[in-house]
Amino acid sequence: MAERISGAEALMRSLVNEGVETLFGYPGGAIMPVYDALYDYRDRLNHILVRHEQGAVHAAQGFARVSGKVGCAIVTSGPGATNTVTGIADAMIDSTPMVVICGQVGTSLLGTDAFQEVDVVGVTSPISKWSYQIRRAEDVAWAVSRAFYIAKSGRPGPVVLDFAKNAQTAMVDYEPAKVDFIRSYQPIPPMDKDVIKKAAQMINESVKPFVLVGQGVELGDAREELKEFLEKAQMPAGCTLLGLSALPSDHPLNMGMLGMHGNLGPNVMTNQCDLLIAVGMRFDDRVTGNLKTYAKQAKIIHFDIDPSEIDKNVKVDLAVLGDCKQTLAAVTELLDETTHQSWIDGFKPYAEKEYNKVIDKAIHPKSGALLMGEVVRKVSEASNNEAILVTDVGQNQMFGCRYFKFTKGRSVVTSGGCGTMGFGLPAAIGATFGAPERTVCLFCGDGGLQMTIQELGTIMEQGAPVKIILLNNNYLGNVRQWQAMFFNHRYSFTPMMNPDYELIAKAYGIPAKTVVERKDLDAAIKEMLSTDGPYLLQCAVLEEDNVLPMTPPGANVDCMMLEV
Amino acid sequence: MNNNVNQNTDCSTCGKCADTEETQKQMQQETSKRAKLSNVDANGNPLYTFLIYSENTPGLLSQITAVYTRRQVNIESLNVCASSTPGVHKFTVTSYCTEEMAKMLTKQMEKRIEVLRASYYTDDEIFILETSLIKISTPRMLEEKNVGRIVRMHNAHIVEVNPTYATVEKTGITADILSLYDNLNQLGVVLQFVRSGRIAITKSRVEHLDEYLAERERERQNEL
Repeated sequence: MAERISGAEALMRSLVNEGVETLFGYPGGAIMPVYDALYDYRDRLNHILVRHEQGAVHAAQGFARVSGKVGCAIVTSGPGATNTVTGIADAMIDSTPMVVICGQVGTSLLGTDAFQEVDVVGVTSPISKWSYQIRRAEDVAWAVSRAFYIAKSGRPGPVVLDFAKNAQTAMVDYEPAKVDFIRSYQPIPPMDKDVIKKAAQMINESVKPFVLVGQGVELGDAREELKEFLEKAQMPAGCTLLGLSALPSDHPLNMGMLGMHGNLGPNVMTNQCDLLIAVGMRFDDRVTGNLKTYAKQAKIIHFDIDPSEIDKNVKVDLAVLGDCKQTLAAVTELLDETTHQSWIDGFKPYAEKEYNKVIDKAIHPKSGALLMGEVVRKVSEASNNEAILVTDVGQNQMFGCRYFKFTKGRSVVTSGGCGTMGFGLPAAIGATFGAPERTVCLFCGDGGLQMTIQELGTIMEQGAPVKIILLNNNYLGNVRQWQAMFFNHRYSFTPMMNPDYELIAKAYGIPAKTVVERKDLDAAIKEMLSTDGPYLLQCAVLEEDNVLPMTPPGANVDCMMLEV
Repeated sequence: MNNNVNQNTDCSTCGKCADTEETQKQMQQETSKRAKLSNVDANGNPLYTFLIYSENTPGLLSQITAVYTRRQVNIESLNVCASSTPGVHKFTVTSYCTEEMAKMLTKQMEKRIEVLRASYYTDDEIFILETSLIKISTPRMLEEKNVGRIVRMHNAHIVEVNPTYATVEKTGITADILSLYDNLNQLGVVLQFVRSGRIAITKSRVEHLDEYLAERERERQNEL
């Protein structure tokens, strides 16, 4: 028989039913009935109190990215809800499954400019996968189940539930609900056998195939399928920023990272292949550069779960719609076992050129100040290349993603499409809860760290074992680099006066150390990784270092600058 | 939203256009000008009619219009009403754009959770209708002997007459409605003019929405 409980408690039951164990949130007026109900569910729901609502959503994102589960954030109405907007937009463009529950004023006050009332559905609708206002306690079970179904199915994304206060307090005969079908929503387009055959045929006929690996492979849990796909026909591949850990870094067919600051080989060869095979990626402008000259010589196959990505930026010859775990496996079955040795060998000179001109200098400097690249590589190696890489946004992100190495899936947490500074610290906290058995290394700059630095409080309270590597160059480094390259060295508001970060860490009880000299780096990294719990390692890096190589914005994908 | 009706047509010559032949010629010119206008825009883009079916949930209209806004496509006309399928709403939207864009827009719209189907059509693939009301001044109408002729020639109806004003109703395609309006406006008799959004049904013998819903229902049964 149905039990009579409040809408707020119905939310707790519904969350438990959805398998939620961890929540990130911050209480406030319009969500108080929910927090009151949560008080009795502390044994089942681990609520992490963040220090700012933006921290809650980024933490939920970090949690989701490493665990593959739906991240969940609870905040109050008005400013609480608007503070989550950046995280919602970020999760939307990076396809991160997340449910954000925010309080709302009672329905009788809606539209009256009541205290802490914001039209949350109106604000979040264009930047979320689904946004819904719960106005009656009777709708809670249905709406929550529907929210989780939408967030995690198909191409994942953020869902917002705007929970009116009267619906939280009203009593309801609670019955669990399970939504796994919505007639107007087809999460996975059906696989077309003829298309599979055609794709296999195109690949079998290709002499110079090149595969672009995107985050879709991770989201679809298709890492094994991808590997078999690549290995059977011996096709070289490049990974997008978010797809970096979909293929082990040292896999012989992994030619490196795509994009503006990616590796030379994969970018140049994009314009030399005869068949470009994109898997679960969306041809972002940071990957393609100038679309007018992008892979014009090649036929293009696009594997994706989202039909609206097809022909959006790059016109393709064949679209393989469906879940790539299935479509990749189906195509692999029809592939000829072959080698493309001379084509694969063609990548080598570019790799060598990039190594000699850029990489060697970045990771093995003999003298001068510490470099970001060497710090990243050393941390990666010290963690046996098994850690989760979380980055903020900027040079720390590009160096992090270029020089960190990956052996396991779901190991990159970075704000790709949105480029959200301040993402790193809270996302890393979320990652420690999403993958408690793994080491979480956060690389951030002095700019981005300060955007969400209040989350050090969350780390302190939770003992969240985030290894924070602060690459401090006293600049907003990426903007400074662009100012140097494209704005005649006019450093408009990019030099930054910094606080004493060791003192700040100390105030939060977080062990910290600063490294200035190269000779001290190894020992400091070792100490950081062997210390239980959180750690802040500040590295005083070269102030005016540049991320290279670089495809200038709007330039052709194969026109990479190796030096400034 | 754009309205391609020029409300400020100069009507200073209205008293001089009593000549029947001249009137007819002008009417034809106006018609062909309008016909051209409604077929392609200044960039040569054709006018597409979008038929969008969605669940009847609040907020859908703003989600759909947001798709046009984001891709910088103007909505020329819009009609929203319940469809023949219970619980399903039908949006009829017209826009000038490339076919590439039309395709992209429909895919973006279908991505919204509550949108069932979105498709785009050229004028030859659909039956089209719009309706309009023109309020004209009765005293001015009595001075202009051509008004009655123009109304009859356009197959329009006068639905009400009183000493102050008369109301003309005209149903048809955009060009015909605008032609009537232009002709009356040139006589300086028009007080108000309103034109509805386009409504359209497809000429296809296949009911794609019904098929889609039936297919989804089969999938639901299989999942159960």
